[in-house]
Order: sequence, then structure tokens, then C-alpha cells
Amino acid sequence: MEPLIKIENLNVGYDKIPVLQNVNLEIFEKDFLGVIGPNGGGKTTLLKAILGLLKPFSGTIHFRKDISGRKKPIGYLPQVKHMDKKFPITVFEVVHSGSIMEGASKSKSEINDKVAQLLTEMGVYNIRNKAIGELSGGQMQRVFLCRALLSDPKILILDEPDTFVDNRFEGELYERLRKLNEEIAIVLVSHDMGTISSYVKTIACVNRNLHYHQSNIISQEQLNDYNCPIQIISHGTIPHTVLKLHN
Amino acid sequence: MDTIIELFQYDFFLKAFIAAILASISCGIVGSYIVSRRIVFISGGITHASFGGIGLAFFLGFNPLLGAVLFAVLSALGIQFFTKVAEIREDSSIAIWWSLGMALGIIFIFITPGYTPNLMSFLFGNILTVTIAELWWMLALTIVIIVTFSLMFRKILYIAFDEEYARAAGLPVNLFNYLLIVLIALTVVLNIRVVGIILILSLLTIPQATANLFTNSFKKLLVLSSVFAFTGTVSGLFISYFLDIPSGAAIIFTLVIMFAVLKALKYIF
Repeated sequence: MEPLIKIENLNVGYDKIPVLQNVNLEIFEKDFLGVIGPNGGGKTTLLKAILGLLKPFSGTIHFRKDISGRKKPIGYLPQVKHMDKKFPITVFEVVHSGSIMEGASKSKSEINDKVAQLLTEMGVYNIRNKAIGELSGGQMQRVFLCRALLSDPKILILDEPDTFVDNRFEGELYERLRKLNEEIAIVLVSHDMGTISSYVKTIACVNRNLHYHQSNIISQEQLNDYNCPIQIISHGTIPHTVLKLHN
Repeated sequence: MDTIIELFQYDFFLKAFIAAILASISCGIVGSYIVSRRIVFISGGITHASFGGIGLAFFLGFNPLLGAVLFAVLSALGIQFFTKVAEIREDSSIAIWWSLGMALGIIFIFITPGYTPNLMSFLFGNILTVTIAELWWMLALTIVIIVTFSLMFRKILYIAFDEEYARAAGLPVNLFNYLLIVLIALTVVLNIRVVGIILILSLLTIPQATANLFTNSFKKLLVLSSVFAFTGTVSGLFISYFLDIPSGAAIIFTLVIMFAVLKALKYIF
């Protein structure tokens, strides 16, 4: 099977300072990849490279033909903490802004219907006319997830969707992602390894380099390969992985 | 009331009234964009840098507005260049262009032989001396702004709100940013007559702050800001006439009072 995205020998960073070195990664249809790693390790940098926001110093990011070129049906949920909370924009408009992504409908009424449908599904239709700054963390993440889904993406990329959210919404979010994953590939960045390990199918640990794990279980030996200080977290009723702390 | 109607029979007052309408629309719309994107300080830099162009125009003997446009656009691009290419901190590069423009303006006017133009009218504005030619320019600009914002409303809004997301979507973000910074430069320069270089920031920010009390929607903000700008400008114009004080200062004073009163009322109710 041809991967949706194939990254080969990628070197990328900011202002000539490399952040990621020699990264190789393949993302296939219906993958659920958890990207973990320490702050500043390059998780967001990897996402930005995939989204075309950063030009690689060297190496390639290859998209499968049907999603290549300017047509990249990618849904993107950026880190909410970088959003301007005082910006005069309504919830409806935020979700509607997903229509600039490739793959979104060109018809005005279709877009409006889809926005309303997503808002309803996510349980935030009643606050559609509120300013984005008036929302709670969980509501905001829901709204940005709606925006990411507006263009019916083939790949959904989420950068720490679990920040500023309560436990109840976190569980709800991951269940929703699990359902979405039946159709589309998901790449999820999180600092909370414990929670995501029971949902993701594969794991990439990013810390200047990228270490790919074919399963959602990481052994102590594998962890020894890189310097990734992961906390041990275990909760929930579903099978989960407990990872040991290492230096 | 009769006095007010009589006032409109004066040619200069009618022109001032039309200028107020046009300035309110252009500043209301462009100012909403400036405030939403938090680029008030950049706009201040552009405004003050344009003074250098006014000075140069007097020295070389061409139209001061043309000189102002030249310097405003140059400084807008210069600030971008300093920040992005030369890697100077953004607030510092703004301050450099801001003060450089003012300094050049003073130098050029000082070394211009003979007649010294009335600096006060450029620094603080005098809406009552606006000319027919200037009104035509203001009208043209207002039309360009209305057309730009109507045709590309969604794109402008979405880029302003989340530039990175717009880039990921493949929108020509840089092109839009340059287009809008040029519109800001033109708005500033063509409205210098109304409130002057030093005070123009008020028309770009105070009506927007007032409008922001009542709406969270960008579209409504554009319209409401223009309405508040118009109310303040015209009231200020009358106050300036009846109390015989400078129009620019009177307009700004009115705008601030209007904001303060509405803010207080909103707080109480």
C-alpha cells in the first residue's frame, strides 16, 4: 500500500537552525499516529513541515498522488494557546474559515449547512454567535475541531488538542477521534503520553530525531534509544500502556 | 438648528462635512483591520514617517500628499524589510522609521528657502481647509477600500485571524498582507487633512474600541466603527466651529468622550 505521506531524510528548522534531523516517516490510510516528545523536541516543527509551513533544509515530504500538489485535503487543529482570544470573530466564522482549505465545498449554502451540522454534532451550535474569546478551553477545542473537519480531510493533524480541556471532554475527544479514524488518518501531537497510548495505533517519539514504533507499546529498550522523558500515567478502563520514567 | 443649516451654505463647511463622511468610512474599515490584527503601532510608524515625504515635497516643490504617500508606502515596506530580512526587532524597526520620517520632515522644511508651510495643519490637521482635489482622492480611496473589503471579506478576515492556517490552506498570505499595508498607508496619508499626522491614530482606533463594545463580529465592527467615526467627526466639527478651537483636537476629544460615556453606560447596565 502506498503511504499518504512519505517523509524521507527530512532536515528542517527555523532560521537555518535545525530542529529535526534525518527524519523518516510514512503515514498510511487509517493510521492513528501519536507524536510524543519533550517540549522543544520538534513535534510542532514536524507538523508544520507536513503542512508546508516550513521549507525543508533537505529531504522530501512526498504526498500520494490523489492528495498532492496544492490539493492537500488536510484538516489542521493548531495549538489553541497561540490564538488571539480578543479577535472579533464569532464561533460560526471560525468554523467557516475551514472553507479556505482544499477539499471544502465551493457552494456557499453547502458550506453553511456543513458548518451548522458540525457545530451540532460537537454540541456547540447554541454558542455559534459568541465571540471566540468567550469560550472555555473545551469549547474552543471543539470549535477548532469543527473547523479542521469542514473540508472532509483525508488526514487530520492535531497539535495538542488536549490542552485547556477537562477530563470529561478529553475522553469524549479521543472517542470521537477513534470514530473518525475508521475513515481517515490521524496524526496527534500530545505531551500526555499516558492518555494517548490507548487510542493511537503507532507512536513517533520526536526529539531532534524521530523514532517510530509500529505499535502503541514501547519497551524499555526502545525508550533507551532516545532521551525522551516520558511520565508514567495510567488510568481508564481500556487497555493501556504504562511507560517507565527514564533519563 | 438654523445656524447649523446655514453652516452648510458655506462652501468650506460642506467640503469639511463630505471629508468627514469619507474619512469615517475609510478609517472605520481600515482601522478595524488594524485593531483586530494588533498593528496599531505599525500604523503609527507609517503615519509619522509620511511627514518626511511632506518635507521632501516642500523642498523639491511638488505635491505634499504625493510625498507623504511615497514615504508612507516606503516606510511600510521598510518596516517589513527591517523585521523580516535584517532581523531587527519589530518594535525597534517601527520606532526607527517613525522618528526618521519626522526628523527628515523637519530638516527638509527647515532648509526649504523662503515660505515655510504651516506645520500645524499637517501635524494636527484642519478639516476646514480640505480642497476639492483632496476630496476626489479621498472618494477614490474610500471606493477602493469598500470594494476590496466587500470582494475579499472572508479571506481578509481569515488571514487576519489565523495567518498560519491560511498559509497551510495555500492562500497568498504575503500578497494580502502587502496589499493591506499599502491600503493602510494610503488611508493614513489621505486622511492627514482631517486630523493630522499626530492624531490620525485616534480615528483608526477609538471608533473601533467603541464599536467593539457592541459587537464581536468583524463585519459589524467595520460598519459600526464607521458610524461612530462619523458621529464623532461631525460632532467634533460643530464643536470646533462653535467654540472656535482646532478641529482635529475637537474631533478626537469628542471620540474619546463618546467612548468613555458608552463604556460607562455599558458597565452600568
